[in-house]
Amino acid sequence: MEKKWTAVIRPKRKLLDLNLKEVWKYKDLIWLFARRDIATRYKQTVLGPLWFIIQPLMSSVIYTIAFGTIAGTAPGNVPSYLFYLIGTVSWGLFSGCLSATSNTFVGNAGIFGKVYFPRLVTPISTLLTQTFNFLIQFGIYLIMSLILYLTGGTFHITWIAAMTPILMLELALLGLGCGIIISSLTTKYRDLQILVGFGVSLVMYLSPVVYFVAEVENPVLHTLLMINPVTPIIEMFRYGWLGAGTGVVEWGYWGISWGITIILLFIGIIIFNKIEKNFMDTV
Amino acid sequence: MEEKILENNEQDIAIKITGLKKRYRLGTIGGGTLVGDIQSWWARVRHKEDPNSKIGSKQYSKHETFMALDGIDLTVKKGEKLGIIGHNGAGKSTLLKLLSRVTGPTEGEICLDGRISSMLEVGTGFNGELTGRENIYLNGAILGMSKAEVDRKMDSIIEFSEVRQFIDTPVKRYSSGMYVKLAFSVAAHLDSEILIMDEVLAVGDMNFQKKCLDKMSQVSEDEVRTILYVSHNMNTIRQLCDRCIVLDHGKIIFNGDVEEAIAIYLKADPHHVDAPKIDYNQIPRVKWLKDPPIRTVSAEFVGKEDIKFTREEKMRILLKWETDRDVENVHLRVEMLKHDKTPIGSYIMENIFSGKKGDKGHIEFIIDNSNFVGGKYRMIYSFFVNDEFGNSMEVDSVFGLNFEITSYDSNLVWVPRYWGNLKFDNFEIIDK
Repeated sequence: MEKKWTAVIRPKRKLLDLNLKEVWKYKDLIWLFARRDIATRYKQTVLGPLWFIIQPLMSSVIYTIAFGTIAGTAPGNVPSYLFYLIGTVSWGLFSGCLSATSNTFVGNAGIFGKVYFPRLVTPISTLLTQTFNFLIQFGIYLIMSLILYLTGGTFHITWIAAMTPILMLELALLGLGCGIIISSLTTKYRDLQILVGFGVSLVMYLSPVVYFVAEVENPVLHTLLMINPVTPIIEMFRYGWLGAGTGVVEWGYWGISWGITIILLFIGIIIFNKIEKNFMDTV
Repeated sequence: MEEKILENNEQDIAIKITGLKKRYRLGTIGGGTLVGDIQSWWARVRHKEDPNSKIGSKQYSKHETFMALDGIDLTVKKGEKLGIIGHNGAGKSTLLKLLSRVTGPTEGEICLDGRISSMLEVGTGFNGELTGRENIYLNGAILGMSKAEVDRKMDSIIEFSEVRQFIDTPVKRYSSGMYVKLAFSVAAHLDSEILIMDEVLAVGDMNFQKKCLDKMSQVSEDEVRTILYVSHNMNTIRQLCDRCIVLDHGKIIFNGDVEEAIAIYLKADPHHVDAPKIDYNQIPRVKWLKDPPIRTVSAEFVGKEDIKFTREEKMRILLKWETDRDVENVHLRVEMLKHDKTPIGSYIMENIFSGKKGDKGHIEFIIDNSNFVGGKYRMIYSFFVNDEFGNSMEVDSVFGLNFEITSYDSNLVWVPRYWGNLKFDNFEIIDK
């Protein structure tokens, strides 16, 4: 009879040896990490959890003034404050997931260097934290839209709004995919960490956060914009919650967007999996 | 029949390591920046010189590597307490890292039967903002416990930690002692079958250390826990382990009896010089003493051919040094240790020297060794100064002469292991 070992440690060779079962065993840890991040984020700050909502509210005010009033990038048929707020909130989910997971290895080197648990636990718990942030901010959006509706603002909620959970999931997974690729590479190249800092805010302008795609008339630019996997998601988000004219729903591009998301996530997990074993030697 | 026995043996094994190797690259790993790496790569493609290599320095190519572990084969039975000793760089930490899965092996295989937890990680993931209780959950989960498991043990962990009063206070308000106690309590309640310990018992106060040791040995008696213990302290190795391996340059050079292993380890010590004179010019200093203002040049027993002394004899020691920078009010501390480096006591000579750069100095002193019982000893000579805040700062420190006391009262039995290595004289008896 062959002996049954609890664990066999050997140099990892198989590319797809993901061991998701083990990640599941650590589900309590995923949950606890997420709770820790939420609970400790704004400890010892005056405004505390209010910061969760102040950030999007304030940036939307600035966008409304800068882009809405001065540059005029918002469509005229809806309250421009809501237009910028929903863009900011949905972009926030993507950029939050990306920035937070991109620091996985370097930021947790202290823990990773001392104890073993499946490293994938950390980015997954980050995903939970970011989703929590998003839900609060989205709640604020709903409250704001109710207030504006009661004070005479006009917009239409369409059936696409029912797809919010799928869109959310895609934004989070896309952020996760990009984030873990970057986090794997930052174990060797610290440049990328700096790049993420301003790169994310630059990419925001390549995505329809402070403008909408229908505004872009140049067909080449239009196509390029739609290929950006974030674009169809944000556009659909807006179409769903504010109605036609604020976003477009193009199923083909959305399909491409999902394709890119899955490929990035897949590549990300494979690189992550390859790096996690020996990253302590290079970090 | 024979097959059956083999099978049973296999069932008794907790850890089986075969052909384990770990290779590290020498030199800098990558350029550190993406641009640097691309430059180096482009230069290699064109067969040009790497713009990022230091001029004149020997280039470390990708193939220059260092084997931290070079083919380890080891089997540990369930319930065994195995000591791992070896000098710095012998591969102990690497072995522990591989076992605790912090990093992966280059070659070979480790098979484990049972959960493994390493005490390297006491307090890992503790967050100052969270309360003691929340940290128990978090730390427990990091160490591999489920929430239900922590719930079940919560009371016992809090009780053990002796900080019940503060359990709902953020741990950043804890004293460092309380912090360590709490961290230890979580680790001590792990139900892992295999436990890796790396000199962790050097933390906390004495009573708590003893409590932890008791708790761990209690666990191992009724639950068959396998323990791997790494230490530089030979006494704890003696107390805790029933087998011992000696690592040297990534290989196991001895595997077996604890006392024998300790003897081999001490013999392999680069500072173990049994000569009546030591020339320090050839002996490298520890890292933090790379550029000391004082350099010990030599130490010798005046008028001796060997290092053997009787208790009646007196040791006359001559110490010489040179200064590399101006120094003032240097003190000298002569530390006495047993041959296994357990400290016994020290003598401090104040203000022995002040001097300018390039000065030479010496001191000659006599030690009365009538209090030492028979055995082998070593010394450490530490030159130190007091800074403006009154902290003592070492300016040089070297392993000194070894000596052996050959005789003691033949009509009196003395057991150094329990009674110590000093025999006091002159206790005044005033009534009997």
